[in-house]
Amino acid sequence: MSAPPVEIQGLTVRYGERAALTGVSWTAAPGLTAILGPNGAGKSTLLKAALGLIPTAEGQVRFFGLPLEQARPRLAYLPQRASVDWDFPASALDVVAMARLPRTRWFGRLPRAEREAARDALGAVGMADFADRQIGRLSGGQQQRVFLARALAQEADLFLMDEPLAAVDVVTEQTILAVLHGLVRAGKSVLMVHHDLSLVQAHFDQVLILAGRVVAAGTVEEAFTEPAIARAFGGLPGRAPTEAAA
Amino acid sequence: MTDFLRLDFAALLAAMLAGGTCGLLGSFLVLRRESLLGDALSHAVLPGIVVGFALTGLRSAWPMLLGALGAALLATLAITWVRRAARMEAGAATGLVFTGFFALGLVLLEVTGARNADLDIDCVLFGQLETLVWLEAAGLASLLDPAALAGLPRQLGLLAGVALAACLFVAAFWRPLKLLCFDPDFARSLGLRVGRWEILLNLMIAAAAVAAFEAVGSILVIALLVCPAAALRLMTDRYNVQVWGGAALGAGLGAAGVLLAGPLPAALGLDFALSAAGLIGTLAGLTVAVALQRRRRFQAL
Repeated sequence: MSAPPVEIQGLTVRYGERAALTGVSWTAAPGLTAILGPNGAGKSTLLKAALGLIPTAEGQVRFFGLPLEQARPRLAYLPQRASVDWDFPASALDVVAMARLPRTRWFGRLPRAEREAARDALGAVGMADFADRQIGRLSGGQQQRVFLARALAQEADLFLMDEPLAAVDVVTEQTILAVLHGLVRAGKSVLMVHHDLSLVQAHFDQVLILAGRVVAAGTVEEAFTEPAIARAFGGLPGRAPTEAAA
Repeated sequence: MTDFLRLDFAALLAAMLAGGTCGLLGSFLVLRRESLLGDALSHAVLPGIVVGFALTGLRSAWPMLLGALGAALLATLAITWVRRAARMEAGAATGLVFTGFFALGLVLLEVTGARNADLDIDCVLFGQLETLVWLEAAGLASLLDPAALAGLPRQLGLLAGVALAACLFVAAFWRPLKLLCFDPDFARSLGLRVGRWEILLNLMIAAAAVAAFEAVGSILVIALLVCPAAALRLMTDRYNVQVWGGAALGAGLGAAGVLLAGPLPAALGLDFALSAAGLIGTLAGLTVAVALQRRRRFQAL
């Protein structure tokens, strides 16, 4: 049995005084995992801390048994769509090609083969016809698919995705779910921050339910239970339920 | 022709180099939504310039440039530190640090006596484009004559060096810079040392600000860093047009300001000349206004 895609031990993240995550220990099984929880539960924080994008107070994260720096080439990250400026003067292909940066020299032009790989990734999410369109002229769902294509172009073994299904159209939702299942069939793993509980049973293998700490974790059958959901979403002590996701 | 070479050529070259360099690097400020940082860096370099001057006693370019780069480095680190330590919004941290550095620079000016040496308030505000002359020029042949070229104002050497460095920097690191501007979090997840890239970019901007400062003055440096890039931002959806177009527009504004400062008032029947630097600033502002107008009309269609 090879090392698990992610192994988190005692992860604590603080934003100033407030602890966003406290003592999170969790080992992901291969396959498609939904990270669930109310707003402010620390779902996005978990991904960002695992990838070293924000400082952690305590804890360790290993990917495939390796520390972050060594595992990086095997990881792909899909940030929240709202985290970037879509008016940016770039085409869909430009954005996807950014994923190929670590595979090339940093100076000079992008080699043709890398550009073709980016084009293939756009094709895989049904966006081949929009390669040269400025990203601000795409619909929200199309923008989300460009982000997914960029993650695919990283050719990773583990994908960390922050709400790729938030506020997308039906076509995009189906495309993204089909791509995710394709990845899992190809032996890849996906950790996905997710908010729509109705899709969990039909599409995911595992869940991690967070509310500042681990509420429940395991296969959908064992962990995605009424009591666990009630505990996670039933109100967090001292925290308003409307607070924005960190 | 000889008159033009002797009196206007050096100023034209200086204004174009300053405008082009600032216009080029300004796009990265505007795309990163950090336009204030141009203002901040061009002020924060003052203590470095004074120290460079005080240590060497020379008003020559290189000690001042090195001092300015040192100050810009410290200011960049200080902004990052204040943001983290005080958990402060970027703009507030930037404002705090640059006023602090500028104040320190003013104190140093008094303490070191540099103020008495040469710091003319008009020069700080409007630069000294009009004083850039090439008296050794004796016709077009002088453009190829090393002895005559050696008589060009020394600011041109610094400006040309920084312009070349900025072009090479942008061309060589085209893709990492684009990623850094668009999605720094993703860049970090790829293993890019985002903090170091930001420092490098800020040092380039500081170098451009210092080189351009002597020619066109501090206010105009800020206008040239922001206006061409902001105008292009309204006019194009293409990254290469944004970046190189910003450089071209900056250089064009510089040229227009120098060439029109004399003839424009005369054509209007006025009996005074305009400050070239002032005209560059006015044109830069007008360009943004025109770009905005065009954009509005375009979107209304």
